[in-house]
Amino acid sequence: MKIAVCIKQVPTREWQPRLNDDKTWIREQDVSYEMNEPDAYALEEALRLREKHGGEVVVCSAGPARVQQVIREALARGADRALHVEDDGLGAADAFAIADALAGAMAGEKFDLVLTGLQSDDQGHAATGVVLAERLGMPHSTIIMEVQVSDGGLRIKRELEGGWFQWITMPLPALLTIQSGINQLRYATLKGIMAAKKKEITKVPVAAGVERVQQIAALAFPTKSKQTQMIAGSASEAAKELVRRLRDEARAL
Amino acid sequence: MILVIAEQREGKLNRASLETIAAAQQLAGSMPIKVAVLGATTGSVPADLASASVAEVLVGEHPALQPYTPDGFVMAVQALIEQQKPQIVALPHTYQTRDFAPQLAARMRRALITDVTGIKGSGATASFSRPMFQGKLTADVKPRGDAPHIVTFQIGAFRADAMQKGSSAAPVTKVDVAIDASKIRQKPEAPFQEAKAAVDLSQAERIVAVGRGIKSQDNLAIAEKLAKALGAEVAASRPICDNGWLPMERQIGSSGQTVAPKLYVALGISGAIQHLVGMKGSRTIVAINKDADAPIFEVADYGIVGDLFEIAPALTTELEKS
Repeated sequence: MKIAVCIKQVPTREWQPRLNDDKTWIREQDVSYEMNEPDAYALEEALRLREKHGGEVVVCSAGPARVQQVIREALARGADRALHVEDDGLGAADAFAIADALAGAMAGEKFDLVLTGLQSDDQGHAATGVVLAERLGMPHSTIIMEVQVSDGGLRIKRELEGGWFQWITMPLPALLTIQSGINQLRYATLKGIMAAKKKEITKVPVAAGVERVQQIAALAFPTKSKQTQMIAGSASEAAKELVRRLRDEARAL
Repeated sequence: MILVIAEQREGKLNRASLETIAAAQQLAGSMPIKVAVLGATTGSVPADLASASVAEVLVGEHPALQPYTPDGFVMAVQALIEQQKPQIVALPHTYQTRDFAPQLAARMRRALITDVTGIKGSGATASFSRPMFQGKLTADVKPRGDAPHIVTFQIGAFRADAMQKGSSAAPVTKVDVAIDASKIRQKPEAPFQEAKAAVDLSQAERIVAVGRGIKSQDNLAIAEKLAKALGAEVAASRPICDNGWLPMERQIGSSGQTVAPKLYVALGISGAIQHLVGMKGSRTIVAINKDADAPIFEVADYGIVGDLFEIAPALTTELEKS
């Protein structure tokens, strides 16, 4: 089975945002990056499916040169090769531009199965995978917690809201967006890191006609909807004061 | 015209649809609003929706819409849009919407803006606020390209009780939604729940919830001691349950339980929106986190910035004194 996994490079969880001068995007020079967490689960699922059914796992990523960091990491964890749609303009692109850029590079590969994370931890549109499926002419399903492959088709477990699930069957080729927690992640071994250095990363220019569907007019720190009372002091002082306020003000004890 | 696509399952309205109508009313300016509901049968949902102050309720019934599939819904909503020619299509940002709205927008080559929490201005020139970077920042975005623009509204961001009701019931009109059932590629089975939950967190008066900040399964004992001292249940954000440190039934958030206890204590939870939607209705929220900029402090009544491994035990000691 020929499996593609789309991964995105996003700021680390510990990153403290700063804005650029015109307050329409982040100051990128301050950012340290990592693999988008839901995409890491999609990669792990692809590796497990390859171990079970054979074939190859191709990592696909759209972004500036810096995204090679997460492409190398995916190769070190066990992916076979990579497609990198490289363009500086993709760093702040929305889901539609990313999906169109990926589709241009992926269409000729005739993948049997395409996996993505369910959303990215940066812009968080939760749309890239589904738009990509439409562009590749594949059926899709989202927020997937289990993948079974049988003759020419898939049986998948989709998460619904409030603890409900549903099994769905669909033909291959198909695209699935993977929910975090579907599996236990593996980490790169030293051997994997060494092997990754010899693996092929094919650079693909971004195709003509890739456009954003939305414009960020302004980016800001969120305004507080609630007056939060912050309690200072040492651990024991803060604990004492919190208990007093919970008892006397909030009447929550 | 703004076309709201309401969500229903087996004749029961998803209340997030009313929030989306409230958002559409704020957005409308001088534009009329129509609400559409789709399904094999829609029961009393159209009558429920007709109480809203809207121009018309549209009912599109077709056997191929039960069970829900993204392919079926995209065909139906596209047919509706082509009939009605709205400028804006508004939907609640549910799992179902997330499953089909991007496909609809991609197929029609129209802009999609998801997870909207606020509206600036009104009508065709409005901009939409939405969280980015896990809620660390808020972006004001404008759709580009031709109408209609498709906008999804975050659950809980607009209030259902702020929805204006009409002085009389809105007219209900049946509409044709052409669906070629042979083009539906997904074949769903009946929804099910995993093992019946042994604990009903929605009934708990107090909850102590842990997040990534707890660092290891062994450290859960700290939260359990605090919970015992408070008479609270222990719950968690998604990553903790993903790791198997607590069972899934103790997960709070969009993919887990929604709770509104008297007291909610968040230990080492940063407050991703998927978690906040499950707990922000709690009466009193306490957040303890080492990161002063964590989004959890935006919904907290009381906040302590510091090391939970010092503060939580101190809190337990203090509670045990009294």
